[in-house]
Amino acid sequence: MTAMNGRNNEGRKKVLAVASSGGHWTQLLRVTPAFTSDEIVFVTVLESYRGQVPENKVHIVSDANRWNKFALIVLAIRIGWIVARERPNVVVSTGAAPGYFALLFGRLFRARTIWIDSITNIEHLSMSGSLAGKYADLWLTQWPHLATPKGPRYGGSVL
Amino acid sequence: MILVTVGSQASFDRLIRAVDEWAQLRLRSDVFAQTARTNYVPKHIKFTDFVDPSDFKTLVERSKLVVAHAGMGSIISALEMGKPIVVMPRRARFRETRNDHQVAAAKHFGKIGRIIVAQNEQELTEKLDHAVTLGETDRIETQASPELLATIRSFLDGSSDPPGARGYRAG
Repeated sequence: MTAMNGRNNEGRKKVLAVASSGGHWTQLLRVTPAFTSDEIVFVTVLESYRGQVPENKVHIVSDANRWNKFALIVLAIRIGWIVARERPNVVVSTGAAPGYFALLFGRLFRARTIWIDSITNIEHLSMSGSLAGKYADLWLTQWPHLATPKGPRYGGSVL
Repeated sequence: MILVTVGSQASFDRLIRAVDEWAQLRLRSDVFAQTARTNYVPKHIKFTDFVDPSDFKTLVERSKLVVAHAGMGSIISALEMGKPIVVMPRRARFRETRNDHQVAAAKHFGKIGRIIVAQNEQELTEKLDHAVTLGETDRIETQASPELLATIRSFLDGSSDPPGARGYRAG
């Protein structure tokens, strides 16, 4: 059982790692080595992804996008509930909508938040990435030319 | 085997049709496609709607060439296993995706060289003829660049105060 301060029994940090399907998920898996000493709990959108992280707890949510407001609201409530229950120390996401809400609620519950905008966004940030900047303590683009003094910042890429 | 994949989210009939017709023309019986909910029903190549991620990994491993939409999941899977990959970007004007981010991504990755880019069906046919002659290349690491991992670690350690990283609070 997780203590209220978010530390688990071994005193490790708890990281909530959030991504929707496809490239978002693939990129999220590539950054998890940054959290090797921490407990990672995943949130994603496909049951079939569980097998790729057999050691970890995984929450499955229904993805949503800006064209379906009702699904977005359901997703927001679901993510809010997960963050409230897990009380992570760190929230990290590569996108898209589930990650945006995870950073929003992560900020609310005083987690440190990291947004890594997908490498596929070369000409401009993703919509979720632009919005998530407001809630990101570390707000990253994977393209140097998209970095600005006010953020996002460039700090390497998943490749 | 040649593995064709359009990702899990949406069909990509232009790609599947073009590969199907190419396979017929070149008498290739070793093409397998993951099509999502395709409207175009392939006549010559073997296909399935979806593949479980672990099975997908095995398929990539066994393939000689990957043909895909310009999605990062597909691209990274091929690069991690050192397979040559031909991509054709989805286009918003054909309602294959909401915006043209794949066109920009494909253009950029094509310049790097590891990924063969076809902007349309005709180019795809030409590039496939070339790509089937290619062998395996070096596998990329299965984790992010050392620079990105270091950026995240130093942020977590609180040992850096980079611009764009705002409002550090006690964890």
